[in-house]
Amino acid sequence: MKTKFQTKFIPIFITFLLLMGLLAFGSLKYTGFFSLQNFFNLLIDNAFLLITAVGMTFVLITGGIDISIGAVIALVCMLSANLLQKGWNAFVVMVLMLVVGAVFGTGMGIFITKFKMQPFIVTLAGMFLARGLCYVVSIDTIIIDNPVYVAISQSRINIGTGFVSWSVVIALIVLAAAFYVLHFSKFGRRIYAIGGNEQSARLMGLPVDQTKILVYTLNGCCSALAGIVFSFYMLSGYGLHTVGLEMDAIAAAVIGGTLLTGGVGYVLGTLLGVLTQGSIQTLIMFEGTLSSWWTKIAVAALLCLFILIQRVFTLVKTKKAKPI
Amino acid sequence: MKGENILLTMKNICKYFTGVKALINVDFTLRQGEIHALMGENGAGKSTLIKVLTGVEKLDEGEIQLLGEKVQPKSTHEAQGIGISTVYQEVNLCSNLSVAENIFIGREPMKFGKIAWKEMHKRAKMALEKLDVAIDVTQTLDSYSVAIQQMVAIARAVDVDAKVLILDEPTSSLDKKEVEKLFSIMTKLKKEGIGIIFVTHFLDQVYAVCDRITVLRNGEFVGEYQTKELPKVKLVAKMIGKDYEELNAAIKGDEHKENKKDFTQEVFLEAKGLGKKTEIEPYDVTIYKGEVLGLAGLLGSGRTEMARLLFGAVKPDEGEMYIEGTKKNIITPLQAIKSEIAYCPENRKADGIIPDLSVRENIILALQSKRGWMKYIKRSEQEKIADDYINLLSIKTPSAEKMVKELSGGNQQKVILARWLLTQPKLLILDEPTRGIDIGTKTEIQKLVIEFANQGMSVIFISSELDEMLRTCSRMVVLRDRVKIAELTEDELETNVIMNTIAGGN
Repeated sequence: MKTKFQTKFIPIFITFLLLMGLLAFGSLKYTGFFSLQNFFNLLIDNAFLLITAVGMTFVLITGGIDISIGAVIALVCMLSANLLQKGWNAFVVMVLMLVVGAVFGTGMGIFITKFKMQPFIVTLAGMFLARGLCYVVSIDTIIIDNPVYVAISQSRINIGTGFVSWSVVIALIVLAAAFYVLHFSKFGRRIYAIGGNEQSARLMGLPVDQTKILVYTLNGCCSALAGIVFSFYMLSGYGLHTVGLEMDAIAAAVIGGTLLTGGVGYVLGTLLGVLTQGSIQTLIMFEGTLSSWWTKIAVAALLCLFILIQRVFTLVKTKKAKPI
Repeated sequence: MKGENILLTMKNICKYFTGVKALINVDFTLRQGEIHALMGENGAGKSTLIKVLTGVEKLDEGEIQLLGEKVQPKSTHEAQGIGISTVYQEVNLCSNLSVAENIFIGREPMKFGKIAWKEMHKRAKMALEKLDVAIDVTQTLDSYSVAIQQMVAIARAVDVDAKVLILDEPTSSLDKKEVEKLFSIMTKLKKEGIGIIFVTHFLDQVYAVCDRITVLRNGEFVGEYQTKELPKVKLVAKMIGKDYEELNAAIKGDEHKENKKDFTQEVFLEAKGLGKKTEIEPYDVTIYKGEVLGLAGLLGSGRTEMARLLFGAVKPDEGEMYIEGTKKNIITPLQAIKSEIAYCPENRKADGIIPDLSVRENIILALQSKRGWMKYIKRSEQEKIADDYINLLSIKTPSAEKMVKELSGGNQQKVILARWLLTQPKLLILDEPTRGIDIGTKTEIQKLVIEFANQGMSVIFISSELDEMLRTCSRMVVLRDRVKIAELTEDELETNVIMNTIAGGN
């Protein structure tokens, strides 16, 4: 059976065209923009964002939201830097950080499902907690000089004429795993069902609470992993790292076709969303005369556009429901 | 006996809610390969019986046997597990998922640790083909009409090896063609030996597909009947609680004629072809000044819908309305209020009273809203008005400052009545004004209604109790299955005429 091109992929397709347009525009306007390495740099600079945005996509599909991730990433950087300074083994630290993220996510998930609290409020509390804990560790920047971290940070994996970092490899593995889970596992389909209609999902006999808690756990893990990757990138921990990153992640997901109302979303779209944001940033960098805050303005315009597009599609869809 | 394979028996089922007996010794028997209608007016206990059967509510007494074995499901999930599936009026599926997924979610076919999408699509297609529905199962559910969604829900229910299929008012949002399609599917499933419990309040539909009918009334078992042996008019009698023969024998030309009066033939309101899709078919109606017009029909026949359309609570999508000769476009309640129309809704707890406000505040509400919120009614004036109406309607309350929730049901009803009377409406619509209140207060309210009419007010009166309608109404409109089917003049107002008209027989 041939899979037909479905209307639900149109928003993603538009994002794809837009990304291509941005890259083409840059290539024509700026010398040196059109190169494999420039594209790889896009991935290298945004690997951590991609990882956390993938986790965020899961949460958004259930109809929830998690605004604690920026703070969790900062906390992970801070804790790793602190522990590494004390001479802990690098790999032990990484595993421990993943556990911290998972516990953090699970805790919030339990509050959201068992006590039926708003995800926004619960994760807002989580955000303040994580941000506050950063300063408990230290109020200053801690430099990471652990040899393993430095080695990972500086190693290059050559592909053709260019190279990528380990972070990119990790991010792409996360992306592939997320794709598999969402589209080929029962757990993944449950996430979509819950986002579509939680009440129905319950009546169809699906374990709703368990699935939701697991989604927040997964997201906690993703932000911890993003934190680890970010500490490779920055080689430091600081309490003011990644302020507002959660909004970038949400924006990436939405530009990639995820609906904030839940039930619709694709990690490949999220990848496109991250790359779109990244290329706007690169373009503005190449331009040189514009402040980097113009990125935010461009992203704002894009978000507006995409929310509008999605709305139009849902409206058109409800209008032409097929009769018998 | 042929076709007598008992599938499900429910015996002496009792269910109590705090202080209320919702079901009292109800019996229900379902055989293999039959469609069994469960009938009853509002509050008869149909939905409670279904809830007990599907594990939503726990039964207090009695026994449920499925194929001879005692069962007691504790959740819908468990009920599905033993073969009792339900399709609800509101489709309970996920509209963002594909049709195939909606049928299989939670039990997807797996292959090498992956969901076997191809296999799933194939099986979904087969499941739907069995129901003669040929659609693209890979499309999302929301790209299809409610009717198709309902079929998908049935496909899911049947595919989990259902022995008992409960269809809870599945036709209320379907059009005629879609209903026919659903019926052919039901007949098909019936031939495969599935027992179907069909809850509906459309009489014609019951006679179109059902083999047997069980009637409940006020939580009690009235009887089980073969459809062919029970004429419609008798069914209506069983549901309403009147014995047909008894009524026939009753002396004709009685008390209700006492209220006969000459209302002026001046028209207050005239509706032409007023209608709204899925709510009520277009209707014409004329309301004269000083008359009490009854809207008769079973629950769900369109009585309330008709009234709500007149009041602008539902926006009509066709038709015209004339008030005292001038064309008016009433699409919001506020416009209706400004045209001197008042509406007391059916469910006073949900739509009428504001329990935590005092009697005075509840009475003053509509007048204040009519005058506009900026023109505050002085406290002293408020108190005077409240006292006047408490006396006029003899509302039993120690003071006007008592919270409404502390009053009895009948007195709450009078408070709402007072609220609307205060706005001095020219047309008062009363939807089930006497439900759940004691007989004494009922008569008082009926008397009041007639008095208002005598003073020149037009009243639309809706009630499930025929007796009450006969006593108060001077003319009646009869509705069935959301269509206005007849208008009965005063001379025709007799119990059996009305019941025959409701039932659609001769």
